[in-house]
Amino acid sequence: MEIFAQQLVNGLVLGSIYALVALGYTMVYGILGLINFAHGDITMVGALVSLTAVQLLAAAGVPAPVVLVLAGGAAVMVCVILGVSIERIAYRPLRRAPRLAPLITAIGISILLQYSAALIWGKQYIAMPEIIAPTRITIAGAQLTGLQATIFLLACVIMAGLLWFIKASRMGRAMRATEQNPDVAGLMGVNTDTVIAFTFVLGSAIGAIAGLMIVLYYGLGHYFMGFMLGLKAFTAAVLGGIGNVAGAVLGGLLLGVIESLAAGYIGDLTGGVLGSNYRDIFAFLVLVLVLVLKPSGLMGQHSGDRA
Amino acid sequence: MHKHTLRHATAALIAAVVLAGCGKEAPPPAPKAAAPQPAETLTVKIGAASPLTGSQAHIGIDIRNGVQLAIDDANAANIEIGGKKVKFEMVAEDDEANPTKATTVAQKLADAKVAAVVGHFNSGASIPASKIYSDAGIPQISPSSTNPKYTQQGFKTTFRVVAHDDQQGPTLARFAAKTLQAKSVAVIDDSTAYGQGLADAFENTIKGQDVKIVAREHTTDKDTDFKAILTKIKGKKPDLIMFGGIDPQAAPMIKQMKELGIKARFIGGDGMQTPNFIKLAGDASDGAMASIPGLPKDQMPGGKAFLEKYKAKFNQEVELFAPMGYDAVMVFIDAMKRAGSPDPAKFLPEVGKTNYQGVIGPIAFDDKGDLKNGPITIYVVKGGKWEPLETVKPDADAGPAAAPAPAPETAKK
Repeated sequence: MEIFAQQLVNGLVLGSIYALVALGYTMVYGILGLINFAHGDITMVGALVSLTAVQLLAAAGVPAPVVLVLAGGAAVMVCVILGVSIERIAYRPLRRAPRLAPLITAIGISILLQYSAALIWGKQYIAMPEIIAPTRITIAGAQLTGLQATIFLLACVIMAGLLWFIKASRMGRAMRATEQNPDVAGLMGVNTDTVIAFTFVLGSAIGAIAGLMIVLYYGLGHYFMGFMLGLKAFTAAVLGGIGNVAGAVLGGLLLGVIESLAAGYIGDLTGGVLGSNYRDIFAFLVLVLVLVLKPSGLMGQHSGDRA
Repeated sequence: MHKHTLRHATAALIAAVVLAGCGKEAPPPAPKAAAPQPAETLTVKIGAASPLTGSQAHIGIDIRNGVQLAIDDANAANIEIGGKKVKFEMVAEDDEANPTKATTVAQKLADAKVAAVVGHFNSGASIPASKIYSDAGIPQISPSSTNPKYTQQGFKTTFRVVAHDDQQGPTLARFAAKTLQAKSVAVIDDSTAYGQGLADAFENTIKGQDVKIVAREHTTDKDTDFKAILTKIKGKKPDLIMFGGIDPQAAPMIKQMKELGIKARFIGGDGMQTPNFIKLAGDASDGAMASIPGLPKDQMPGGKAFLEKYKAKFNQEVELFAPMGYDAVMVFIDAMKRAGSPDPAKFLPEVGKTNYQGVIGPIAFDDKGDLKNGPITIYVVKGGKWEPLETVKPDADAGPAAAPAPAPETAKK
């Protein structure tokens, strides 16, 4: 039971990070119908920027909470600028082009970001200084560090905030309108360019925070870390129903938990035939099943109110 | 203090640039015995293949630097082979730690007509590449590949200057059972030729030692999240966790172990015995143990002098396998001298008969090309540093061997 609780906690923390990144995929898809493959790499840039900021600030003797806020701020700023410029340069000119064209530029941007990061930060794993002393919390027999709890709670707050924002604010309404029909939204006085740019701002900022969380959690960063993360987050978004914000949250958490439980129990369940290294296969198997049974994803819907 | 080191670094850099410049333009700087046969200079190319980019670049570059240092030393010594003056040249290639790229690189080196190859770093790269070198008749010494299969393919051209996993794994296992008195062990590997080979060898030996294996888990060499498998292992309550893999995985693994409150000790092979492991894992690395083929860097017969020379030239510490890379070149040159020819077909038989006193100690090969009697040292992280714990000769059954007295002078040239 203890072990099960621990696996659940592992999965939820991992899943909350997936969910944050998945939000970026799903929001852009909801509004533009575009899979922004560069989003995983934007998260990577956020992770590495915050890592460098922490290294510099911690060496200068700044107290830890200030370091975190400043590093997070720097990461958000860089990622927002990056996200908006990518939209402006690589996606906006292609908005009326056939669907494949922006997909290809997205992949191009993704590779560009990876290798630019490799040039700036080098190709080695970079260590994150330990600025938060590990504190341990025990819930139902599961060990949890203060950092893990914070990551999970902060992710929940961000996701709840985003859902509220889209539901209740004026900009959120504009986003939903643009998602449903950009042309009509434009006729109704919504500046769709601003709305789309804003979507990228939101997605990139959340991605940057996810990046900071990852380097804090795992203690290292690498120029290629965005690739697998992006793939997993994209899977989470599809699992939950791409285009649906609440679905991305659900999909992310679910994917994290499935992975954890699969890694923990797959060996015992199959009598040792399949090892824990098959956990990814298991996660993707669930995805295939969901898509076969419910092609629009768990919370995907007809067409009405996504975004 | 800081300024001081900087000035040294700058001086070293300038010196290196100037030296490199000299080496290229003018014919060899010709220190003292410059005169006699100027026309008779032969150029002999030696390949160096290792990952120069990617997550293992720091280890690969270390090997390349070792080779570079050996070649510079050899050139400075004005070596004559078969009566002709010889200038050595390094051809460094990046295999990206990728088996496919390794074969491409091997073909490239063969096409460039190198006389010999030092490489590769990864077993997964050395093994496919060795076929190409064998076909081309080029002798290959791997400074670091420890998978037993590498020398078991029946090629006459494959050698290595490290103990292999069938020696390292069992040594770790005997150490775990005898010295650590472990009663139950969990084994994890990273699903690579190296990691799995090491873990399998460990597992096979420890089974006969009255120790229970409570879990056998696999991860990959790209993962950084091990919480799930560690949680599973936690439920089995082992005394010891053994990991077959390299530092980018080992570091987050030990961190997450501590986060989960796992009390078991952590032990691994040479892939995690790096300064990088400590840097990546931070305080969590304390108490981690790892074996490494060979003697401790500073206990190698030629170690101290080598470490200083390396630092002076590259302005960084030896990471891991630079001494092996250095010795590999020297073994080739030694064989060429005895054969009186830098032609691989002529000096290849001599490589097998090597009896050379290198930086890492005496080097001789058995009939498969494995290093005879390679010692293995087990280290532990103490206060942010790897400290040697025990040195074991794999053939002498697990008794701790006294480290040979340092004799830096005999080792060189």
